Amino acid sequence: MDNGNANELPAKVNLFVTCLVDQFAPNVGMSVVNILEARGIEVHFPPDQTCCGQPAFNSGFRNDARPVASRFLDVFEATEGPIVCPSGSCVAMVRNFYEDLFRGHPNELVRAQQLSERIYEFTEFIVDVLGIEDLEVDTNIDATYHRCCHLLRELHIDEQPTSLLKNVEGLTVKPMERNEVCCGFGGAFSVKMSDVSTAMLNEKLDNVVATGASTLIAGDTGCIMHMQGGLRRRGEDVQVVHIAELLDAESDLNRASKS
Amino acid sequence: MKSTTKEFRNAASRALADVRLQEAHEVVYNGFHKARLSAAGDTDDWEAQRTLGKAIKDHTIANLDYYLDMLATNVEKNGGNVYFARDGEDANAYIRGIATKNDVSTVIKSKSMVSEEMGLNHVLEADGIEVVETDLGEYIVQLAGEAPYHIIAPAIHKTKAQVADLLAEESRSERRETAKELTRQAREMLREVFQRADLSVTGANFAVAETGSIVLVTNEGNGRMATSMPRIHVAAMGMEKLVPSAADLSAMLRILIRSATGQRISAYVTMVNGPRAHDEEDGPEEFHLVIMNNGRDRLLRDESLREALNCIRCGACMNSCPVYRKVGGHSYGWVYPGPIGSIVSPVLTGLKDGAKLPAASSLCGACHEACPVKINIPRMLLELRSQTAQGDPDPQQRASGIGERMTWKAWRQGMMSRSRFEAGSSVGKIATAPLKRDGWLRKVPPPISGWTESRDFPAPAAKTFGKMFAERNKAKNGR
Ligand code: SF4
Repeated sequence: MDNGNANELPAKVNLFVTCLVDQFAPNVGMSVVNILEARGIEVHFPPDQTCCGQPAFNSGFRNDARPVASRFLDVFEATEGPIVCPSGSCVAMVRNFYEDLFRGHPNELVRAQQLSERIYEFTEFIVDVLGIEDLEVDTNIDATYHRCCHLLRELHIDEQPTSLLKNVEGLTVKPMERNEVCCGFGGAFSVKMSDVSTAMLNEKLDNVVATGASTLIAGDTGCIMHMQGGLRRRGEDVQVVHIAELLDAESDLNRASKS
Repeated sequence: MKSTTKEFRNAASRALADVRLQEAHEVVYNGFHKARLSAAGDTDDWEAQRTLGKAIKDHTIANLDYYLDMLATNVEKNGGNVYFARDGEDANAYIRGIATKNDVSTVIKSKSMVSEEMGLNHVLEADGIEVVETDLGEYIVQLAGEAPYHIIAPAIHKTKAQVADLLAEESRSERRETAKELTRQAREMLREVFQRADLSVTGANFAVAETGSIVLVTNEGNGRMATSMPRIHVAAMGMEKLVPSAADLSAMLRILIRSATGQRISAYVTMVNGPRAHDEEDGPEEFHLVIMNNGRDRLLRDESLREALNCIRCGACMNSCPVYRKVGGHSYGWVYPGPIGSIVSPVLTGLKDGAKLPAASSLCGACHEACPVKINIPRMLLELRSQTAQGDPDPQQRASGIGERMTWKAWRQGMMSRSRFEAGSSVGKIATAPLKRDGWLRKVPPPISGWTESRDFPAPAAKTFGKMFAERNKAKNGR
């Protein structure tokens, strides 16, 4: 990994915001835009995008996932340059799982391989491609960090978010027990096996609450919805935020923290 | 063993409600999982050793017929007998035949998961034969009339007090208290059985094709006693559990033991090269190796599932699994629990009933990370989900209901155009508007109602990101 000087920055990136951020957490997408634009990078949002096909794929419905994934290829093949995505699990879908989804579909398989070379998870893009580890943000927050499963174990992205957080002025990251253990989300698993998922969530939330942090940082919107939904139901006063919101100097989160 | 994989949901709910079991599960993470991590951390070239282990198994499974043939030839050369069993019934019949022919009245067992597949104990007991497990954990679950809870630590769910009761009742003697006393008590009880047993049934952690040896890894020494004291020794193994050479064996032992218990080497590693030779003083007079298929050919034939045959049964995937740690070993309903069990059990016992097992995963990948032979378990769980949802050409094998199929059709419609995606979001927004409280919902309808049993669900945002971004750009450029 290049930890030295900042690399030459690309002029333009394409944003794959993901269906969850698009519908439930648009502010996360705006933070990604702010961070990139602040470095003079133009952000293009291919307006036809929807979803990478992961939800149906994870449930075994590959015949429904395939056309959606194939459409994803169409939409992003029409663009040039890097594709940035604020979700480990959606990048893992394209990078690791399209191979299985398109097995027996050689045309899409080749296209998927080519596209997967252009797609980056957001923190990976900032650190590995842009060569930036310090986004020059200051805030006033006591937080803890949950290492989302797909980011950590499918993509092996761990140092990148950690070093970005380390360089945030005024941020304390409190260590959490079992921070690598799944929160129990798992997409349809959280609904189909609700009680098992909830037991996993409760273990996670016990560990979160035990840190005493006011804020929980994570890198994937599905997990964030899951943990925030659980904390609310338990009546815990902990906010769960996407790492992009924390790394965006202009976000409501950082502004509010200092007022 | 009869499969109850279909009952996963109910069994899991019962385990979740059992406070004592939940406490017992913690040792899986705090004990075994952490021990493995530290053993791996202390080994310089751990990743290289895993890579080697995977390469050895990939090669062996790719040439399985060749190496099985070599193994059989060499076992016979060493004076042993080899029986290829089609399934459990076939294997039981073979072992029963040996017992009848030799008037066997007592059989001792050293840990064998394959014999659990066969349900061997019940078959022999029905013939009036006494069958006694000699691995302490297996002995405890046998006394309790239960199945093993974990492939490495079969009685991990039992408390000391429960063990004390079981041993006191069986021995009709005074109830002991401490772990040390209990171990001694079990040892005395088992020693006596060892002395009068005429036949032993053991498993095999590995078989070495080039030498015709079978290898047992234990910490209690019962494997060594079982393979040397009785007159007849029968080893049962799955047809995938072999390695080509002794050098391969040494590579596999290194990763197996570290991954199973975090030890560098177990207290005993026993190699058996067939029956007693003319010039030897002890060892069994007869040796039989039963090599079992029992549906493993289905894994072998399916390229996307073949990797499951690389498993060396170390238990690391169970120890790292947050689902196993909640639902426990019995919920999985067959011999092999946890992540690898969620692949092996449904394929070996029937995909339709077993469909709940591959679904019982958050796909967190901890098992893949832990596995000493790098088996990509999440990938195969996804593959099985696909086969049970819509992949299998045989509709009888499909476990998905019509409701679920319609849901995904509708989802697909919504995702195939941006305008429908926006429309879906708007409908969601309007429908939830009167119900939401600071952006969250207490209750959502099926098919996602399970979520709000324990978690609030976010209401869709006022604007999609797509709209928000387009509007911002318009304002910016208009300025
Ligand atoms: S799948 Fe891997 S981790 Fe699990 S028991 Fe088999 S070898 Fe061990």
